Amino acid sequence: MDAATKSEASGLHSALRYKFIALVGNENVHPATAADAFAGAQPRLVIEPGTETELAEVLRFSNEAGLAVIPRGGGTKLGWGNAPARADLILSTARLTEIIEHAWADLTVSVEAGCTIQRLQETLAQHGQRLALDPLWPEKATIGGVLSTNDSGALRLRFGALRDLIIGATIALPHGTLASSGGKVVKNVAGYDLPKLVTGALGTLGVITRAVFRLHPLPLNSRSFSVSVPSAEEMQRFVLAVQDSKLAHVFLQSHFSNDAAPVSDILFEGTEEGLTAQEAQLRKLAAPANVSQAATSSWSAREELWSLSDPGTTAVAKISILPGDLARTIGGVEHAAQMHQLRWRTLVYATGLGWIRLEGKPVALRGALQLLRVEMESHGGSLVALHRPEKMPAFDAWGTAGDSLSLMKAVKQQLDSKNTLNPGRFVGGI
Amino acid sequence: MEARILDELRTIVGGRGLISSAEELHTYECDGLTNFRVMPRAVLLPDSTEQVQAIIRICHRERIPFVARGSGTGLSGGALPVENGIVISLARMNRILEVDFPNARVVVEPGVINLDVTGRVASQEYFYAPDPSSQSICSIGGNVAENSGGAHCLKYGFTTTHILGLEVVLPDGSLVHLGGKALDTPGYDLAGVFVGSEGTLGIATKMILRIVKKPECIRTLLAAFPSTNEASAAVSDIIAAGMLPAAIEMMDNLAIQAAEAAVHPNYPNCGGLLLVELDGPVAEVESLMTHVNEICRSNGASEIRLAQSDAERALIWKGRKSAFAAMGRISPNYIVQDGVIPRTALPGVMSEIARLSQEAGVRVANVFHAGDGNLHPLVLYDRRIPGQEEAAEALSSQILELCIAAGGSITGEHGVGEDKKKMMSKMFAEPDLATMQRVRCAFDPLQLSNPTKIFPTPRLCGEKPGEYVPHPAESAGIAERY
Repeated sequence: MDAATKSEASGLHSALRYKFIALVGNENVHPATAADAFAGAQPRLVIEPGTETELAEVLRFSNEAGLAVIPRGGGTKLGWGNAPARADLILSTARLTEIIEHAWADLTVSVEAGCTIQRLQETLAQHGQRLALDPLWPEKATIGGVLSTNDSGALRLRFGALRDLIIGATIALPHGTLASSGGKVVKNVAGYDLPKLVTGALGTLGVITRAVFRLHPLPLNSRSFSVSVPSAEEMQRFVLAVQDSKLAHVFLQSHFSNDAAPVSDILFEGTEEGLTAQEAQLRKLAAPANVSQAATSSWSAREELWSLSDPGTTAVAKISILPGDLARTIGGVEHAAQMHQLRWRTLVYATGLGWIRLEGKPVALRGALQLLRVEMESHGGSLVALHRPEKMPAFDAWGTAGDSLSLMKAVKQQLDSKNTLNPGRFVGGI
Repeated sequence: MEARILDELRTIVGGRGLISSAEELHTYECDGLTNFRVMPRAVLLPDSTEQVQAIIRICHRERIPFVARGSGTGLSGGALPVENGIVISLARMNRILEVDFPNARVVVEPGVINLDVTGRVASQEYFYAPDPSSQSICSIGGNVAENSGGAHCLKYGFTTTHILGLEVVLPDGSLVHLGGKALDTPGYDLAGVFVGSEGTLGIATKMILRIVKKPECIRTLLAAFPSTNEASAAVSDIIAAGMLPAAIEMMDNLAIQAAEAAVHPNYPNCGGLLLVELDGPVAEVESLMTHVNEICRSNGASEIRLAQSDAERALIWKGRKSAFAAMGRISPNYIVQDGVIPRTALPGVMSEIARLSQEAGVRVANVFHAGDGNLHPLVLYDRRIPGQEEAAEALSSQILELCIAAGGSITGEHGVGEDKKKMMSKMFAEPDLATMQRVRCAFDPLQLSNPTKIFPTPRLCGEKPGEYVPHPAESAGIAERY
């Protein structure tokens, strides 16, 4: 931290310190360090409330004082979205980690936002259950962070997205109230579905302090296979044939890259009798392609896209396409990579969601991302840049917001009129 | 309504698209909840998005409240007209615009009947999963408004799970697209907020639906138990065994009697009837069904039947799906209630309902979506007997209070509408409702779209919410705030 930043931090520190300390205690208010910087922004304070009420009070006070607040869970995805327009303090959920109620017989759990996915899953597993979700970095990623970034993996094909798993939420709003909606039961249509509103909102509307989820049983047994095919066109045919079949697969993902033939992984869960029958059907459907037992590395395919040995020359983006556009999309990626002399890998789920990793010069990365975004948006899809090298020329993380942007801005205005939460980081400058 | 406005509306929809004579308007004065009636000033029947926009622009300019209506089968008064307002019926916008099998998407207009979507895609062995009991007459637009469920949402999810995108006319007449054919459109999940908003955020004029491949096989089992307690215990054991059936339904003796009288499904006469449906690959379903059978036996089932044909399965479901209407066979009048409890609270809540029923001298028949704790108590009464109607209404409210006390909800699928808005402040604290109303203000600052529904006390947009006020039960430590 340079001298000027230090003095600014201590300035904020001394002016507001007493108030924040009075709210959460001396040991839970820290000057931010370089380790707290993200996306080129250096916040000045880190505050760790111990209760939802404390968190709401800190938020209220910050809002009144005109401070920009960056909510933070495990910090694993803090770089997602655009750089904040302002960043005064980090509001951390690190101390809100309680698993409030695992109503295992009702297949629901109520949990505080700062609990990690892994800890939650370990607790649920004691009763043979799971949150049927496979987000990135579960050992560090928290409930609040995963919800705010809407981070789902391959299991979404069978169990749905976070929007389908969350049944209740409590959020702290900038004016200091704690508002709950949804509830503790799976089926509930009373009032607006605000848990869906805050899922994927990147913490721009309120700070999620707790969530209630519906759960699924852990599988009795499972089997997984890999299928190699010679081309993207063949892969599309295979994926659509599986989707159009009576197989009850839990996930189906396809890998493509500049240096290997396409491979897909498919996972089945259920009774041994069911698995044997499904394996036989899969082999029939995939013939004459090569079907083998899936390697365990298939499960970490998404995290591997993020192994950023050189973050200065790597970009990672989330894409959304129609499943029937798979071959065309891969063709587009090949073309853009060739044009800009990039190495590339992609992972696409049967839902049409996927991930692209590009490696090369920052200027070339931007050129390829722009080209791919135009291509995907012209077919009703999207490309959201999640990791961009520092030296890459400016490139909006989100892309075109569509004709509902003014409505989104109106929602933001209603809930966060002073633009306190994560200013400038979301779609269309929200 | 001024003649000039009627004339202007008539130029948009044509003479056949405008109803303003008193005798014709009677059809629209209520929906499936018939004890509330309001006469609208006019009913408009647009047949395009542009016409809906043009009508709403006039409403916006003239500050005329409007209520959208699909098939009018709703059970909470969601399509009940508002005073001095108009009704916009979407019945003529009933085209299936696109069927895309490779991507498993169907694009429809709001007036399309739920079952017609499945009818259109059945040839390729797909189906549209949300299946409210009224699916042969209710519209997709109404399903979107109410976030309709159905017996199979235990496994397949509700309407919201199957709506990928919406074209919406906002209450100022502007057109927006929420979500889309591809998943995770960048931005807030406003389609997720719109579904289930009961017509208070605008009018959806196009829907992108997700369709689902039919499973390899479907097996349906009926098990007769001495009472709903044993049947509940069997449900708990099925869930604890790690199974996720496509549907688990329960009926008590009074409901069975009514269904028998109405459609003769040949149900066993027992205290608690369980219907369990499993679907998926044949080998998987067969092995799990053996397990379900054992669980039912070990919980005291006296008779277990597995449907042997599609016809038998259809008959079993006919009995269940006609249960509400069947009450007319055993009672001149009845209230259809809809509440949710955590499934494990079922035995306790059932015995409490029985006690209240006895105290009030009013019979209650029970039909449940047992897998997800959604109760449909049917409170039976005879309007001709003085005091019975009031007793039935009081009992019906008490049942909802039981649901809230058990940690549940005042509605699982019928919606709040006009009927339950007073109960909203028993389920939610003031800041919860204020936050919802702020969202509403973003969509509808003038509060023209179905303005009197859902919320117990309307809040003017721009009004600042008050300080956090804990719910009384929360302060007392009796209940968490949900």
